[in-house]
Amino acid sequence: MLLIKNARLLDPASGTDAALDVLLDGELISQVGANLSASNAEIFDAKGLIVAPGFIDLHCHLREPGQELSETIETGTRAAAHGGFTAVCCMPNTQPVNDSASVTRGIVERAAAVSAVRVWPIGAASVGSKGEALAEIAAMKDAGIVAVSDDGKPVATARLMRQVMDYCRSLDLPVIDHCEDPSLFAGGVMREGPRSMRLGLQGIPAQSESICAGRDVELAALTQARLHIAHMSTTGALDYVRAAKKLGLRVTCEVTPHHFTLIDEDVRYDSMYKMNPPLASREDRAALIAGLADGSVDAIATDHAPHHPASKDVEFDRAPFGITGFETALALALSELVHTKKISLMRMVELFTTGPARVLGIDRKIAAGQPADLTIFSADLAWTFRAADSASKSRNTPFNGRSFRGAPVATIVAGRVVYRR
Amino acid sequence: MLQRLQHLLGTEDLTREQIAFILDQARPFQEFHRHPLKKLATLRGKTVALAFFESSTRTRISFATAAARLGADTMNLQAESSSLKKGESLLDTVRTLEAMRPDGIVIRHTSSGAPEFVAQRLNIPVVNAGDGTHEHPTQALLDALTIRDRKGKLDDWNLTILGDILHSRVARSNIHLLSKFGVRTTLCGPAMWVPRELETLAPNVRRVFRIDEALNEADIIMVLRVQSERIHEPALAPEEYILQYQLTPERLRLARPDALVLHPGPMIRGLEIDPAVADGPQSCVLEQVTNGLAIRMALLYHLVGGSPVEAPEPAKE
Repeated sequence: MLLIKNARLLDPASGTDAALDVLLDGELISQVGANLSASNAEIFDAKGLIVAPGFIDLHCHLREPGQELSETIETGTRAAAHGGFTAVCCMPNTQPVNDSASVTRGIVERAAAVSAVRVWPIGAASVGSKGEALAEIAAMKDAGIVAVSDDGKPVATARLMRQVMDYCRSLDLPVIDHCEDPSLFAGGVMREGPRSMRLGLQGIPAQSESICAGRDVELAALTQARLHIAHMSTTGALDYVRAAKKLGLRVTCEVTPHHFTLIDEDVRYDSMYKMNPPLASREDRAALIAGLADGSVDAIATDHAPHHPASKDVEFDRAPFGITGFETALALALSELVHTKKISLMRMVELFTTGPARVLGIDRKIAAGQPADLTIFSADLAWTFRAADSASKSRNTPFNGRSFRGAPVATIVAGRVVYRR
Repeated sequence: MLQRLQHLLGTEDLTREQIAFILDQARPFQEFHRHPLKKLATLRGKTVALAFFESSTRTRISFATAAARLGADTMNLQAESSSLKKGESLLDTVRTLEAMRPDGIVIRHTSSGAPEFVAQRLNIPVVNAGDGTHEHPTQALLDALTIRDRKGKLDDWNLTILGDILHSRVARSNIHLLSKFGVRTTLCGPAMWVPRELETLAPNVRRVFRIDEALNEADIIMVLRVQSERIHEPALAPEEYILQYQLTPERLRLARPDALVLHPGPMIRGLEIDPAVADGPQSCVLEQVTNGLAIRMALLYHLVGGSPVEAPEPAKE
């Protein structure tokens, strides 16, 4: 048994913000209350710290199977634990693509053997994520997927998206789309605007994302399916989500820490600033932050995308898209959103916990009988992130050397402390 | 005090003083090209690596000739060479070149920012000979030298640039350079090649879509090459371009009578420019080529040879 004492407990599900102790017994929470005691329990003194439900990351790339040079389930989930995440949803663009029950089972079994945190795979929407035939979605669901996506690219055509949505509605699975119009994207490497013009880098207009988001929202209206927009970066897409929510459609979205922190003006000839969707304009960042504050955005998701150093140390336009994200997510949310008074601490916790849980259709709360998944963090601890010390196999981050206020202190999964600062 | 150049990566970050200094340094080399024996010993014993990752004829020959006339040896890497075809990374390729101990490296590359990428990773001076759609600083410097020679000064002219501005590194370098001298720039071409963000590159840059209006009051006209691959990408018929934007003798008359016509080459006669304009008295195209040699000699002398940075005495009237 583990007794967490002296903490400030924040639980968005019940709106609790109080000094409460939590007693864990085995894999479950056994008691929540003031001044708990248990003679045979190990004590975790969380004085000055915040205890929250376990953080869920809806969007990451663990690169296994097939790209183990960049990351493995073992290293990726260790980095996730360091970041305070107790469960991560891994995208299917592995080699082979997770488009069948056998690949899903391989990931689930590997995770059971080596993973520090819970791994919830996302299955491909189409075979090989090629945008042609539907993948074996029902079989993958039986094997453990929690959603479908062709992440890395959009579900190719409106017709296929309609089929995926119809089918996933019958299976009660969310459809996650990477919104992009390939003909507008057209080989771009950063957001189109004054900065891309100055750097002479091929620009991607914001409409590449919003046009596809508009298509998807229309199809969600047609099919009544659960649609989740991945790594949203534009005001246009956010407006579609807002309109969909107003109509009562089951449409949700996520925003990454790098999109609420950095903007296109920060881009230099340094591939650490190259990700897809690209860093947005200053106005878009402000709109995304407003959406995070007012409830239009449902979750903060990392899009943790490790790439081994040699693949990133190339010309900007030849580098792969993506940056690592687990270990800086909470610190960025605290530094950029909470300490700047743009959102409350409770709202931030919601965006890491009950928000993503709702997208997946599951509960997430601190109550007796619930899984003992908890994230314990400091909102004030001063520290500096060093990519060289990362638990990830990769080092591709623009936040190397950045100083923060606030960090994960302990990550507890099924009653086990998998990370302790 | 003049800030010594470490590299030449673009004109955006050059100061007026640095630009004037390079142009002044080029002057003796312009004279030198009139001599029957065109060989100096200034850079004897030095080696310049010419790393052309994108195919180039005129710029490569210009740099090679500039180095040779200064007495330097050159190491040549061309786009067709095998290490590139075998998939070696840019970093490995330039580190291999650096290991042969050149004293400077000239880089042309299809990727914007490649020279800066290399400059951050090597310990020798890097000269950008054109990177993607970013900058082509030696072209802008030779254009500036040409303008200063013909018109007596660089300041306060009306510049009109015609063509595909979006994809032009020559246009970007010229806009950055000339705006530092108070030049007012008018960009003109098919709207999809002249996006509004170009107006944010420098002060006093505007867009005009009618060539008659763009040429009005122009002192300097830069005609850009219309790349055939652009013509086919989302298809603009060449006839359409000619009809709207070709610089013809009639249109040239709308500019100031002493307006200069510049073209970075290679030039497609009959497409972006009428042969009568290309060969006319206002055309500077061949002077540009000769001046390119002088500018590149001045730069190599400064960056590789370590010429003194004291600005030359102001010319006596």
